[in-house]
Amino acid sequence: MEGLKDVILQYVTKEYLEDDSEPLDYETPLISGGIVDSFSMVSLKRFLENKYSIQIPDDKATPEAFDSVTKIAALVEEFVGKKG
Amino acid sequence: MSHIGSYEQRITNFDWSIAEKELGYNPGDVINIGWYATDRICQLGKASKTALIHEGFTGVEKRYTYNDIRLASNTIGAFLRGLGLKNEDRVCLFMDRIPELYLGFLGILKIGAIAQPLFSAFGDESLHVRLSNAETSAVLTQKKHVFKVRKILDRLPHLKHIIIVDHDGKSPLKEREVALSLERSKPVEDLECFPTKAESPSVLHYTSGTTGMPKGVQHVHYSLISQYLTAKWVLDLQEDDIYWCTADPGWVTGTSYGIIAPFSLGVTQCVLDAGFSTEAWYRFLEKNRVSMWYSAPTAIRSLMKGGDEIVQKHDLSSLRHLASVGEPLNSEAVVWSERVFGKPFLDTYWQTETGCIVISNYPGMEVRPGSMGKPFPGITGTILDPTRNEPYSVPGKIGLVALRFDWPSRMRTYWRNPEAFQKKFRNGWYMTGDRARMDKDGYYWFAGRDDDIINTAGHLVSPFEVESALLEHPAVAESAVVSKPDPLNLEVVKAFVTLKPGFAASPDLDLEIMNFIRKKLSPLAMPQEIEFVDSLPKTRSGKIMRRILHAKEWGEEIGDTSTLENE
Repeated sequence: MEGLKDVILQYVTKEYLEDDSEPLDYETPLISGGIVDSFSMVSLKRFLENKYSIQIPDDKATPEAFDSVTKIAALVEEFVGKKG
Repeated sequence: MSHIGSYEQRITNFDWSIAEKELGYNPGDVINIGWYATDRICQLGKASKTALIHEGFTGVEKRYTYNDIRLASNTIGAFLRGLGLKNEDRVCLFMDRIPELYLGFLGILKIGAIAQPLFSAFGDESLHVRLSNAETSAVLTQKKHVFKVRKILDRLPHLKHIIIVDHDGKSPLKEREVALSLERSKPVEDLECFPTKAESPSVLHYTSGTTGMPKGVQHVHYSLISQYLTAKWVLDLQEDDIYWCTADPGWVTGTSYGIIAPFSLGVTQCVLDAGFSTEAWYRFLEKNRVSMWYSAPTAIRSLMKGGDEIVQKHDLSSLRHLASVGEPLNSEAVVWSERVFGKPFLDTYWQTETGCIVISNYPGMEVRPGSMGKPFPGITGTILDPTRNEPYSVPGKIGLVALRFDWPSRMRTYWRNPEAFQKKFRNGWYMTGDRARMDKDGYYWFAGRDDDIINTAGHLVSPFEVESALLEHPAVAESAVVSKPDPLNLEVVKAFVTLKPGFAASPDLDLEIMNFIRKKLSPLAMPQEIEFVDSLPKTRSGKIMRRILHAKEWGEEIGDTSTLENE
């Protein structure tokens, strides 16, 4: 889980933050905090699907489920688990 | 009792002087929106009334009285003047929905400068196009967004000042940058407002075009007259209301009905500067006892998706009146809101160019779910037969929504683009670019756009702008951009792309191109789907036929293909 969280944290930091932004942690609010908006969520979801070869249904990809690295990791784990 | 009373009675003997009288304005007088929205309300004895309740994404709440917003807008206005900024200079607001955005807007208007609000999620290229076209003199921004301005600074010779409203001193200010802290500034008690007149320019909002780059829609201070009256009669803003307009002032709803109208009516409004979540929105409505709620179909559909159960967990009994704007409001959403909130969302229709609501449903008028409603009193609308450019003589036919262009808040021109402005008219009618039909009782029913512009979650995206940006990606040879249907956002952006030799389609390239557009233009403009194709349909003269791709996406008849290159 920590490894998964780190991958997501690094990706969000690289893609959605600028160099001099405050660093993120696993619990930083991403959607409600205005770091990732609902449109940008689509590319974040696509990244996760590509990286982990999963399909996240649209009804699971809610702003609440994407609101922190920890929550996203839990969602990904749910689907990675289903693959096996 | 609603302000409008009977719609049928209001449309007889209507005159905009109703609003002029209520505002104490006589033709030829000075009219300055910044003054009307703050000083005048204080002079009416409401200086201690709450004007703005602001909640940031961390949950911290700030409250401002009308006297507070008068002083803060004075302070910002004086600061701008101190930098040498003057009337008709363009001053951009490039910020999240923080208090300085609202207060800065009013301060800019007070000194007679032109407020140019831009959506803070815009990427550097979207920002450059708009600042360059307007020859903007100054930008008010936040430290989290200033990097985008820095990136394009070399290409903006007219930009003299970058004003950072939350500079904390941790990193040094760079070229042309200056810090402004409202908290550390001495409030300016008296600021002489610039004596703007009815036709003095006030606000410059940029809107997307089908073929060219974005156009600056230029409004004037006299727009106040119809923004005030439409807010009063359609949104039915009352003295004791707590009003929530969910729009961002980067777009016209957020300025016309998120700043100008509510403040000039002396109403208490609240702002939530946080990303969307069902729970957060219901909590905000409940906590603030919101009574008038002006939102958008995409948000309403997102709430519907959240289900009815969560609504029951909140006390939303304060809600008195609901309205919606930005894209057609489907009938299911109207019926749903009536069921869960006990009130229907009333659809309102207007555009950046109209400056105010022009067709609407009204309190007290029969709601026909899915209908746009009827023209506002004083506004003449029709459905034009596109073959004759004359109104249809019988109801029920789908044609072009057209308006007589004669109400106070209509745009005056496109910024330095009078040719584009003239193209908006046919046979004396202003063409909205939308198609609709009118039923026998005069209700308008939206049918779709008459051009290639994409309406995604109520925001217009130009396919031309996205196509141009796509061509800057090293892998892209050609591109065509159309809308595709989306259950939540009405439409989203879809791109068809051919690749240069040496590049192969892959999920990673797909994501790379999506992120490229997101950062360059904006998240709204980012294609939600990219289809890699071997070739694009073109005319024999080489023009890409978006229409064919659009028809395929929407399952429509492709129509005439006689000019298609490979036919």
